[in-house]
Parts: sequence; structure tokens; C-alpha cells
Amino acid sequence: MGLFFFLAVFTVWNINSGTIELSLKEIIRIIFQRQGEETAFHIIWEIRLPRIIACIVLGGALSVSGFLLQTFFANPIAGPFELGISSGAKLVVALLMISFLQKSKTVGSAAMILAAFVGSMISMAFVLLIAKKVKNMSMLIVSGVMIGYICSAITDFLVTFADDSNIVNLHNWSLGSFSGISWENVQVMTGVVVVSMILTFFLSKPISAYQLGEGYAQSMGVNIKAFRVTLILLSSVLSACVTAFAGPISFLGVAAPHLVKRLLKTSKPILVIPGCFLGGAAFCLFCDLIARTVFAPSELSISSVTAIFGAPVVIYIMIQKKQKV
Amino acid sequence: MESYFFQTEKLSVGYDGKPLIKEIEIKLNRGQILTLIGPNGAGKSTILKSITRQLKTIGGAVYLEQKEMQKMSDKAISKKLSIVMTERMNTELLTCEDIVSTGRYPYTGTLGILSEEDRKKVTEAMNMVHALELRDREFSAISDGQRQRVLLARAICQEPEMIILDEPTSFLDIRHKLELLTILKEMVSKKNVAVIMSLHEIDLAQKVSDMVMCVRGEYIEKYGTPEEIFTSSYIRSLYGMTKGSYNAEFGCLEMEAPKGKPEIFVIGGNGSGISVYRKLQRQGIPFAVGVLHRNDKDYEVAKSLASEIIWEKPFEPISEETLNMALDVMKQCKRVICPLSDFGTMNIKNKVLLETAEKMKILEKSSV
Repeated sequence: MGLFFFLAVFTVWNINSGTIELSLKEIIRIIFQRQGEETAFHIIWEIRLPRIIACIVLGGALSVSGFLLQTFFANPIAGPFELGISSGAKLVVALLMISFLQKSKTVGSAAMILAAFVGSMISMAFVLLIAKKVKNMSMLIVSGVMIGYICSAITDFLVTFADDSNIVNLHNWSLGSFSGISWENVQVMTGVVVVSMILTFFLSKPISAYQLGEGYAQSMGVNIKAFRVTLILLSSVLSACVTAFAGPISFLGVAAPHLVKRLLKTSKPILVIPGCFLGGAAFCLFCDLIARTVFAPSELSISSVTAIFGAPVVIYIMIQKKQKV
Repeated sequence: MESYFFQTEKLSVGYDGKPLIKEIEIKLNRGQILTLIGPNGAGKSTILKSITRQLKTIGGAVYLEQKEMQKMSDKAISKKLSIVMTERMNTELLTCEDIVSTGRYPYTGTLGILSEEDRKKVTEAMNMVHALELRDREFSAISDGQRQRVLLARAICQEPEMIILDEPTSFLDIRHKLELLTILKEMVSKKNVAVIMSLHEIDLAQKVSDMVMCVRGEYIEKYGTPEEIFTSSYIRSLYGMTKGSYNAEFGCLEMEAPKGKPEIFVIGGNGSGISVYRKLQRQGIPFAVGVLHRNDKDYEVAKSLASEIIWEKPFEPISEETLNMALDVMKQCKRVICPLSDFGTMNIKNKVLLETAEKMKILEKSSV
């Protein structure tokens, strides 16, 4: 319930804030009666609303993707960004965009997601290989961060040498940003995320068994192989969707699930999965609000903001784990 | 073929296709406890993991109610078999009740929501292991003993016909070891389940098991009843013990006897000498004991710790010959200790030993 409240508050706040001041009355009139002054109407419908919806959908998706990875690796600090999966997606998307832009074509939303998914899976394959060799939680994360750096370096390289003015956009995106999201983008991402979320929700029962470990899960009748594959695919689709539209977003995938679990005082998947979605969405809205407004009219990258709020949470989790062991 | 509830046939287990242990033949009925014993790293867990299908078997077959387990579905097996393993868990913020509830997994619907009936079974299972008061405690914050009980409750509420436990009593103190095994025994007799487990505590294995399997080397060394397995000499060889000994009658371990010619002669009997033998062993002083009847409780301990025992047949008075032997040995010793105070018809000749020692002025007044 609390999460819904947060989400609602941040949504309203987000609609309401920006370089152009608008009164709440005006906004309500624009949204619900679809009438108002032209510029304001345009700002709300074409800029702020798609951005807010994207924030909600992608923030939620990233948070759930993080939760799935944490379950999979039995590692509380695993997340799509931390394991280098977002950066892998970023690399392939950048490649695609550059090659299309040079032929001066635009890239469709679906193609972007597909490219991001391919990149995610490549990074994921490396992470899984490493996870087989290293059993240590922190070592896995360090390896993931390394993979992330390698991919980011290659992306930067590509962006620098692709001499096209459109690449400026690409640069913004490669740092993580919700700006410039269109209604078409929103439709595609919502479709993909909603389907993935429903599938994930129906996985909550095997996830609850898997939390006890593979052996126990199997003894309760979970088909481990199929379950693991599904889990990896779903978390990759969700995080790929995020990277495709908003670029890599740091720490949200770790911090949001953790905060949600604390708030709900449980880690039962049937509650935590929807909780993570709402929590991630609220967290993302809050961070985007800061990214947009603090140094307005210039914008911060969303990753910088999520890092400021998310990284301390990650450090806190690690300290707590140390004390227990 | 005789039919058993659970059976393996020429089962080979191991890792990566390489067999570690071959030709495992288990035959077990419901209401029986089978215990796997053997030295560390012998492959007890490997066998258990193969039976529970966490590891691929390398050869042979496993049968549950005459059906080959490889051909059964995960779901079908989950209603018949549950486990208690030593796995690391990621149970952050889950309560003990949450953990136990996962045992209902095979019986709940798509979303795993518990019915009234399921809740009742969870409560019942927690009650059975005396863990009801732990209901709302966080699972990661309770003690090892409590955790094992909660995990057992989880296994119980899965309503299995067989439970497999990997070292359920390790890390528990003696009270909790006994409690856990008592609960398990109760479970076996009440619900008529079959149990396969591995134990490190051979003394407990001897007392709780119906069948025992000794795991060492490439083949199963022995499979039989506790009476067949637990002999002092076999346990010594199974674990490759070079120091100390295992006393099969008491089911206890004794330290190694001090080496060398006896320096002290102890006139013991009727349990009076046991603490003296242990003390001398600790101080590393070799000693001789006499005259003990072979059915005296002193004899069992002295057997492991004394360098020499002069003994008499049960229920016979000490003979002249035995007394002379004892006198000879005693005269070689520098000191004599006599914790014995009861001199009856059968051991009256020990008094002769005592008097001789007094005359020789080698008797110590107080004990060591």
C-alpha cells in the first residue's frame, strides 16, 4: 500500500515539475479534459507523460530484473548493471544505432530491444561462465563490473569515432537518460514489460522454492534446468528493455529490491515481485525528478542520480553480510 | 525379486561421469532407518545427492516402490520423498513458518497460496518438532539446533514416505542431537516413513539405525544391522583409527593407552577404578590392573587404557593362579593404587594384593 502511495506522489510531483511552471489545476484539465493552452498541452502530453510512464515501466522492470538475478545467483548485490549485463546490451545497441544512423535510417523500438537482448545474453553468458569458476559473491560482482567496463570502453570508442552529429544523442543515451522517449517507445516497452511481468509473477512459486537452494527446489518438484533458463531469459528481457530506451541505469536493480524487502519485511516472491515493480518505479521517478530539476535546464544522467541513492544501499548490504558471516 | 520400498541396484555414483563408489545395493522398507557411516570424504553425501537426483547417477538403478526413479516426474517424487540437506540458503527475512510452508509446495496451486488444510499441516509439523514458538522468528537468526528442527518440520509437512538427511546432527550440541534423533524416531514409528541419513556420530548411529551402510573406498564396505557392523575392531578399521579405540559395548571412544612398562598397579573393580584409569591415561603413566572379572564395568575401560590386565572369568572366585600372576605384575610396579573398597566372596583375593602392597610399602594412601 505504501508503495502505491509513493508511486502516486512521485507521479504527480513529476508531472508538476519542470522548466515551465504549470499549476496543478491546469495539469488536471490538460490530462482529464484534454484541453488547455497549446504549449502546456504539448509539454504534458508529448514530453512529460511519456517520460513518466517510461520511468514507471522501466524502473519497475529493472528492479524486478535485479530481484531475479539476486535469486538466481543467491547473491544480494547482483543486478543487471553490476554484472555487466546492461553494458553488454548498451554495446550491441550502440553498434546497431551507429550502423543505422550512418545509413541515415531510424531504429525501431523492437529492433532496439532485440539488440539489447542479444547484448544482455552475451554478457550473461560470460557472467555464467565466471560464476561456474568463482563461488565467492563479491568476486562475481567484481568480474561483472570488469565486463561492464570492457563493454563501456568499446562503446565509448565507437561513439567517439562515429562522426555523425546524431551521435550526440547516442552519447546522452549511453550515460543513461529518460529524455526523448516517444509514445511509440512507450507502447512497445509497456507491451514487453507487461508480458514479462506476468510470466515472472507466475514464477513466484518456484522462486520461493529456489530461495532454499537448488537441492531443496528440486526435491519439491521444480524442474531446475527449465526454471534456470526461464529466470535468465526473463531477467535479460526486462533489463534489455531498460537499456534499449534509457541506457544503463546503475544500482537501481540492487537498491530497489532490497528497500522493498525491508519495507515489506519479507522476501516472499509473491509479494516481493509486485513490490519490486512498484518500488523500482517509485525510486526511478524520484531519481528522474532530481535528474531533471536540480540543475535545470541542464539535465543530469539518470545513472548519476541512482548511483548517489543506490550505491550507499549496496555498501550497507555488504557490511551487513560481513557481520553475519 | 523380493520387493522393498526403496532399493538400489548396482548403483554407481560420482562426479563428471567418473564413478566414485560402485555397486551400491540398498534395500529398505518403510519404518526403517538406514544410516551411512564412514570417514570424511568417503562419499556419503555423494550417495545421498545421487539418490535425491541432485547428481546424475553413473550406472545402475534406483527404485521407489518398484518404480525406477529416473522415469518418475519431479512432481511425483516430491510427494514421496523430502530432504534435509546442508545447503547454503538465501533466506533473508523469511520466517521459520515461511520455510516450513515451502514443504507444502507439491500440494499447492500455481501461485503457491496455502489453503486452510495446508496451514494446519504446517502447524502440525512445527508442533511435532517442538518449534511452534519459532513461527515468526527470522530463519537466518536462529541457532543451528533450531534450524535443523525447522528444516525437519519442512521435510515432514511435505508428507513424504521417505526422508533423506545429510548429517542432520553435525554442529548440534548433545541435547539437540538427541532431541533431533528422538523426533526422527517418533516420525518413523508414527508415520511409517523410511529414513536414509548420514551420521558422523557412530555411537548414535549404533543406537538409532535399523540398517547401517559403511562407505569407504570404491565399494560399499559393509551393509548390515548395527549388531553386525559395530564391533570394536571393524569400526577401528573402517575409520582407519591408529590412536585410541572404539568400545562397541558402550559405544564410546577411548584415548590411546600410555605406552611402556606399567609403573603403577591399580587394584580396581565394580566401577571404582574407571576414573583412576582415565586420570593415569591423561598423565601418560602406563599402568596395570588386577584382578578384574571380565564382566566388571572396570574391565571395559581398562581394556582400552591399561597396558596389562589380570582378569578372572565371570562369576568365578579369583583363583590362586590368577592371584599369583597379579602379584608378579604388582611387584614389578613402583606404586600401587587401590580405589577398590568392596571385597566380596568372588574378589576376596584382591585383599591379599592390598595387604602385600602395604607390606612392601608401595601402596599410595590417597588416589593419584
